[in-house]
Amino acid sequence: MPAAGVVLLVTVVLIVLALVYYLVSTILALREITNGLDDVIAGVGEILEKSAPVNAVVNDINANLDAGVDLLEGLLVKKAGLHDALGLVDGLYPGAAAAGFRRFPESATITPPRIGEIYTKGTLTLARLGREAPIALANPAGPVLRNVEAGSLAARLLYPEGRQERPENLPRSPVIGADAPTQYEQREDVGRPRKRLPDR
Amino acid sequence: MTLWWIGDIVLLVVVVPVVVYLLNGVLTTARSIVPSVRRIATVARAGSKDLDATALLLTTQDQVAQTVAGVANYGGSLDVILDDAEEA
Repeated sequence: MPAAGVVLLVTVVLIVLALVYYLVSTILALREITNGLDDVIAGVGEILEKSAPVNAVVNDINANLDAGVDLLEGLLVKKAGLHDALGLVDGLYPGAAAAGFRRFPESATITPPRIGEIYTKGTLTLARLGREAPIALANPAGPVLRNVEAGSLAARLLYPEGRQERPENLPRSPVIGADAPTQYEQREDVGRPRKRLPDR
Repeated sequence: MTLWWIGDIVLLVVVVPVVVYLLNGVLTTARSIVPSVRRIATVARAGSKDLDATALLLTTQDQVAQTVAGVANYGGSLDVILDDAEEA
């Protein structure tokens, strides 16, 4: 065999060896990819399986909450009237009346009256206490205003001013006894045996 | 004979480097996909684990239904107790 043939043969062998090395390496890499994709498919399958009922459940929750909102809005409007109800809502959550009630689209166009022009001071105080209650931590009006552990001013304001803020001005309790400035008439029958009623 | 040598030289100088270059490119690309697939698998597992709490939505659903039912009962009582607004 001529030398050129030998060189050709060696070159072809080199090409075949290169092909074998690279193709086998590629096959191994593709197998790793396949295994990784199997893991991905398993994870995505779990995600699909776990998230399948979410849509129905969330829709049901939203439907229930919508019903609750409709109920409360309807009750508020029925009892207070649309105009006053807007004023009450805007008084508790300033600016909330701009969105109006969902069940009453026309409410968005109404200018809410000032709550103080509608309700008494007692109602306003109760409403404010409700807004400041710890349950209203996520209130859009801001954090809790009343210190529920130490603060008592808000509760005291519910009662008449004279009895709670200036107790020194209250009339003193009456003094009784022998040294009392006011002496009452002595009753003679005190301490004696009780009179018996006549037998029938 | 001269043509044979020329063919050998072309094979060694042109064909072999081109074949090696192309195969190397395929291998490099295939290997670069592996870490991406592993990261995707990790994220998919983490996402699946995050969704473990979705079962609690059933509890939430039940609680919301009970709460709305309670609100409806209170609303019904208030509707009886309180007078309706006077119509303007």
